[in-house]
Amino acid sequence: MKINVNGKEMTVDVTANPSLLEAIREQLFLTGTKYGCGEGACGACKVLVNGSAVPSCITPAVSVQGKKVTTIEGLETDGELHPVQQAFLEVDAFQCGYCASGMIINAVALLDKNSSPTKQEIEDAMNGNICRCCTYPKLVEAIYQAGNQLA
Amino acid sequence: MKKTLKSQIHSYPEQYELHQQDVIRGPITRRKFFKRMGLGIASFIVVSDVVSAEIMDHLDPSLAEDTIASWIHIDESGKITVFTGKVEVGQNIRTSLAQVVAEELFVEVGDIHLIMGDTDLTPYDRGTYGSLTTPQMAPILRQAAASVRELLKETAAKEWSVDTGGLQMEKGIVFHPSNGKRLSYAQLSQGKKLFQQVNTQVAVVPVSSWKIAGTSVPKVNGRSFVTGNHKYVSDMVLSGMLYGKILRSPANGAKLKTLDASRAEAMEGVTVVRDGDFVGVTAPDSPTANMAMAMIEATWDRTPQPSRNELFDYLRKTARNQPEPKPEVTNALNQASFKLDQTFSIDYIAHVPLEPRVGVAEWKGEKLTVWTGTQRPFGVREELQKEFGIPKENIRVIMPDTGSGYGGKHTGEAGIEAAKLAKAVGRPVKVSWTREEEFKWAYVRPAGVIDVRSGMDSSGNVTAWELYNYNSGNAAIQATYTIAAKHDQFLPSDTPLKQGSYRALASTANIFAIESQFNDLASKNGADPLAFRLKHLQDERLSNALKACAEKFGWDKPREKGHGFGIACGAAKGGNVATCAEVSVHPETGAVKVLRLVTSFECGAIINPRHLEGQVIGCVLQGLGGALFEAVDFKDGEVLNASISGYRVPRFADIPVIEVVLLDRKDLPPAGAGEAPIVAVAPAIRNAIFEVTGKKINRLPMLPSGSIIV
Repeated sequence: MKINVNGKEMTVDVTANPSLLEAIREQLFLTGTKYGCGEGACGACKVLVNGSAVPSCITPAVSVQGKKVTTIEGLETDGELHPVQQAFLEVDAFQCGYCASGMIINAVALLDKNSSPTKQEIEDAMNGNICRCCTYPKLVEAIYQAGNQLA
Repeated sequence: MKKTLKSQIHSYPEQYELHQQDVIRGPITRRKFFKRMGLGIASFIVVSDVVSAEIMDHLDPSLAEDTIASWIHIDESGKITVFTGKVEVGQNIRTSLAQVVAEELFVEVGDIHLIMGDTDLTPYDRGTYGSLTTPQMAPILRQAAASVRELLKETAAKEWSVDTGGLQMEKGIVFHPSNGKRLSYAQLSQGKKLFQQVNTQVAVVPVSSWKIAGTSVPKVNGRSFVTGNHKYVSDMVLSGMLYGKILRSPANGAKLKTLDASRAEAMEGVTVVRDGDFVGVTAPDSPTANMAMAMIEATWDRTPQPSRNELFDYLRKTARNQPEPKPEVTNALNQASFKLDQTFSIDYIAHVPLEPRVGVAEWKGEKLTVWTGTQRPFGVREELQKEFGIPKENIRVIMPDTGSGYGGKHTGEAGIEAAKLAKAVGRPVKVSWTREEEFKWAYVRPAGVIDVRSGMDSSGNVTAWELYNYNSGNAAIQATYTIAAKHDQFLPSDTPLKQGSYRALASTANIFAIESQFNDLASKNGADPLAFRLKHLQDERLSNALKACAEKFGWDKPREKGHGFGIACGAAKGGNVATCAEVSVHPETGAVKVLRLVTSFECGAIINPRHLEGQVIGCVLQGLGGALFEAVDFKDGEVLNASISGYRVPRFADIPVIEVVLLDRKDLPPAGAGEAPIVAVAPAIRNAIFEVTGKKINRLPMLPSGSIIV
């Protein structure tokens, strides 16, 4: 089956009915997207599907046929970081960094709809993403900063 | 049957730290180094960010112990490589160690490349735990780097026939300020191994002169984390690698009765591996491996196991020793004009590292390489040695920077499982634990019951203190307050769940009990909880932390209606911490909101202020989970809430206003910071709830439902 990932048509084998997460990690070797919980509850596996952040661990690969999938690897343009990536880098929030991809993807989806979110709006939109190192205040700061950049 | 301590540590590596109180501050043993260079280094497609092949050409298998080259190497291009058995689990130690080395060598942090936690390449290390990396490893690396610096200067001085005294260094160059001569480190070292011993008397750059250390250098390789390029073990793929799954029993202690794996064996590409109760499958991809595992039918013999509803009685009942009161403390208690006797109970909690355990294993003949996210790569090598009965020289364990640990990754289960499967199928195998497996088959922070009895005289001086801790541990068991008659004792018990290390170990439990009890004594005395603490506190560092926290928080300010302030402090792992909390309690529903947390922290000289602040915030907010709602629920040997949706951890919406005060003591050696700041959160919140409601919550977690009964 062909799926569009990061602007490219890619072929994935769906015989074993892989999740989107399994397909992009094991078949396309796009390992920036992480497994965290397997039930769509932690946000580590989020990717953009037609611009919305969805948990790829509970999304069957077959369901994204004809849609546009963007992973963390697809955010850079010509080697330039996406403003959200840039802001997270500048704020230097991350500790273990395992949640980073899902956080950034979710923040991109949030800021795409609302580039100047309030603290409450950030909390609401980001609450499905867990940072177990609990860097949350720094992540909020990075999202503000990215929003300013994008506005 | 009771096990001896030694056999217990041997059998349960996750408990290593629990029993290491007396020895972990000792010197690090170094081993003969670089015995088998270059093995398999270039054969993996994802490890290029961990080690570069060219380094291998310059290292020699015959390096002696304690040589500079054990720790630092400068190659012919001037690239500086530092070797340490410590590992990066998100504490950003890769950055702070690079800072202290860069400081000594007059280069930039970006010029330093650290190889960490690779049993073939780095000196032996007991493990990354106990907040010991900064106090133990940083001084060693500072000395090694300063030794290199002096050698470089001596070499240049000889070359130019001048004294070393007048030479200066900058950006990887030694130069003579007046004669204009310059030589780069690469020219001077010519890539040679530095066989000289580390000079333990060498003068290191004093903290007061630090220019790189002491500043907020950004995370090393930070870009690779925001681009998804950093390769965790879970991201590794080896050529020909298969995916493995392990059959799990339904409960602790269950024995395999019958097994029918025929349907799995019939699947294309699937191999079923059985060795006693160990049953696993391998397959070319994860979905097929999962499917094959689901096809296996097994029945089990279960044995009765204690459940959570009887946990605290069970811990008391199974205590291996009985309390041994001290006569002088008993007397002092009897003579006290006021007595307070309370019991605190602490649930098991889980680490929930966002990256669950993963192991990748490859055999080449008799030689085994395992990549796994562990805080004890050398410990995992010992586990593998025991498992396979092969010499440790034939085993290499590599730990790429991993998806956090918090004390929860002292063991190497997934690596051992991958190695067993890989041996059986003759191909490299990756075993990635699911979140459910991580909850059920990793280990938890010890639960505990703590009895505290205290006595106070009529002037409000605490005169007697007795504390018995059942099972949760020894760490920070001694109250830091000055009390004439004091006794504390740790009583190990049988544990229904596998338990082991956790961030700050038992300090959280003990300081919760101590700081709650002390607060209640202050209240009984009608004293201000801050003043009452300071009156009983002789430790200058902890007093300073308390005062700084109270000042930032505005301790003396009037409380809004329905709001309460709470304070607590403690010392652990070389750090001194105080936390103030503001809570509100809804008068009708009893809903408690933690509105504000201010934490002060002092751990000697600060190496990286921003990353230190990050560690403090991380500790405080992770501590919020254990304080308010985290608990492992279990019945008959089975964890019942083995999922992220069933086990609540702090999220964005849980975060109060948070402020951090860092106290920089340039006159004191830096201590670790990844653990201590967690300890005062729970009692500060508990004491704030007490202030506004008069209710004493002597249990962790305090608010599983989010509210108290009003």
